[in-house]
Amino acid sequence: MIGIENLSKKYGANTVLNIASLEIPKGQSFGLVGNNGAGKTTLFSLLLDLIPPTTGHIENNEVQVNKSEAWKPFTAAFIDESFLVGYLTPEEYFYFIGELRGRNKADVDALLAQFEDFFHGEILGQKKYLRDLSKGNQKKAGIVASFIGNPEVVILDEPFANLDPTTQIRLKAIIKELAAEEAVTVLVSSHDLMHVTEVCERIVVLEKGKIVKDIETSEKTLKELEAFFAS
Amino acid sequence: MFKQFITLQWKSFFRSASFGKSVGIKIFMVLMGLYLLVSLGALGGTLYFILRKLAPTDGPMWVLSQFLVYWVLGELFFRYFMQKLPVMDIKPLLINNIPKSKIINYILGKSVFSGFNLLTLVTFSPFAIVLVVNGYPVWNVLVWLLAMLGIALCANFLNFLINKSDIALGIIISVLVLFWGLEYFEIVSIQQIFGPIFHALYAYPATIFVPLAILGVLYFLNFRYLKDVLYLDGALKGKAKEAKTADLAWTQRFGEMAPFLQLDLKLIWRNKRTKTQVWISLLFVFYGLIFYTQEIYANMVGMHVFLGIFMTGIFLANFGQFIPAWDSAYYGMMMSQNIPLRKYLESKALLITVSVVVMFLLTIPYVYFGWKVFAVNTACAIYNLGVNIPVILYFGSFNKKRIELDQSPFGNMQGTSAVQFLVMLPVLGAPIILFSLLNWLVSFEIAISVLVGLGIFGYAFKSKLLDFVTQQYANKKHVMLRGFQQKNG
Repeated sequence: MIGIENLSKKYGANTVLNIASLEIPKGQSFGLVGNNGAGKTTLFSLLLDLIPPTTGHIENNEVQVNKSEAWKPFTAAFIDESFLVGYLTPEEYFYFIGELRGRNKADVDALLAQFEDFFHGEILGQKKYLRDLSKGNQKKAGIVASFIGNPEVVILDEPFANLDPTTQIRLKAIIKELAAEEAVTVLVSSHDLMHVTEVCERIVVLEKGKIVKDIETSEKTLKELEAFFAS
Repeated sequence: MFKQFITLQWKSFFRSASFGKSVGIKIFMVLMGLYLLVSLGALGGTLYFILRKLAPTDGPMWVLSQFLVYWVLGELFFRYFMQKLPVMDIKPLLINNIPKSKIINYILGKSVFSGFNLLTLVTFSPFAIVLVVNGYPVWNVLVWLLAMLGIALCANFLNFLINKSDIALGIIISVLVLFWGLEYFEIVSIQQIFGPIFHALYAYPATIFVPLAILGVLYFLNFRYLKDVLYLDGALKGKAKEAKTADLAWTQRFGEMAPFLQLDLKLIWRNKRTKTQVWISLLFVFYGLIFYTQEIYANMVGMHVFLGIFMTGIFLANFGQFIPAWDSAYYGMMMSQNIPLRKYLESKALLITVSVVVMFLLTIPYVYFGWKVFAVNTACAIYNLGVNIPVILYFGSFNKKRIELDQSPFGNMQGTSAVQFLVMLPVLGAPIILFSLLNWLVSFEIAISVLVGLGIFGYAFKSKLLDFVTQQYANKKHVMLRGFQQKNG
């Protein structure tokens, strides 16, 4: 589904990302871990063509993302709060994204109904604009918005941060369910090793912009990662 | 402790986002500030002679005193909109080892040095000097100046107390209108009533204690109020307005443009800066009154074109020049969505088009000043529609400064760069020069026709022009995204 070739991103003399090759097959749930500054968000931003690569390229379903925009209809993402439109209510935001992804209000309402538990009564019908919601609730809205329109690739940057324990557990279930669908490729980054090992089939560790580990998740993975980051 | 506060203040000023701006803007802001100071100083300096001429029989101080009540009310009015007590700044101090009373004194004391209070000083100091030079008793004049400063400070602290309620604003406005009405229709002479009161501040220096006492009381009230509300769920709580969901179903008829149109309408209506700009734009309809009524401008066609372009295009300029920076906070999301960039721009173009038409309709009454005025305004409106809309959208592709939507528009230079000054050349300069030249070389009718012709020509090729602009936005995508992410740009 996603293929990366000779990808690098430099700011001046500083190389922030350098990946020779990476293949993510369709339907895989892919976890990205690494310390601050390892290049996780840079990789996701490159994947969404929010920043141009210095060398190399990324292909998303055989579409080269910095050349064509044909990847947009089947790709959805939530990177941070800057993906939200602060002066809209959550409902309005969902409908807006829905329209951009060719879904009418009824479609969006049907999807939102599935996430009633996840919202925990704090998102819909609150008479609040997104900018006035707490960080955690903003995150919930952004994550669910990225599920609108049956995307084939879902990219979530640090989805577990700022969420309360109940919501974290629910989110894990949601991501697992999504990953179980053959057609959906999920890319998740996280600082929480336990969460990623639980939801992802494969985990890649970035360090200073390079891939230093590429593991298929097993029972030993968590120990292995903990040992790696402790050293 | 006091020294700490001062260094804190110093750093907050020199490290503020607006101070870190590019050199050009810094120079521009300094020049604007100097200009304001100099003009106010000049006003103060010449006030004596103006008043002399206005009322040769009465003393200037006597005449001025009669108008001071309006000055005070006007000051309150402007302060209501432009001055807020910056309570949020003290949040980091709360949990530190500083007594609350000290924090309150710091924040209240800080407000004494605001530009508004400087305004009074800059205006009235030269006036006072001129008075002394002209043989007025030094002691009386000095005490009077002090009293004026005291009144300005009273307004300063009164404003903080009433700032939260719209009722207070209503009262200020109604009192202003009422006073003016009573005076105008000669029912009661407000000036006769308040004149002697304000004059007493000059005539009897002992009365200085009245404004000072009021100042003391107001300071105490502020202090007591703040002491009660200086909690995270009190004054320090960000105000969250109750959101109203808007359907805007009528926009559906615009097809693919609809979601963007809805977004733009909400953008304008739900954010302070954009909303205020709509009101300011509407007020600019009256701009023409200043010029059309003066004989010197009656035959200056260049001025008429300026007014025509400006009045019908005020929203075009105010809103248009910052496209797409209005969406800067979430531009990353927009760019990762499957959006037709062209529809996004078309929606903005439609909004501006509507604004031009509305402003044009509002300027129709100026036909009172002659059919030529009407002809120029019509031609300018058409020129704005056909030429200036694509031009301003094109220049928008050079915008790369972020705008925080929820900040006040007054004196807000956020999002401003050289682009904003450059764009004024083609938008305002080109039609004025073109029209003046043709009017001078050929005739008024030809000049009008050319302006209209250009407008129609631009409108006819709107689709082509928009294609070109869209391509430009696509090319600049990454530069824009990078710029918009910089919070203190």
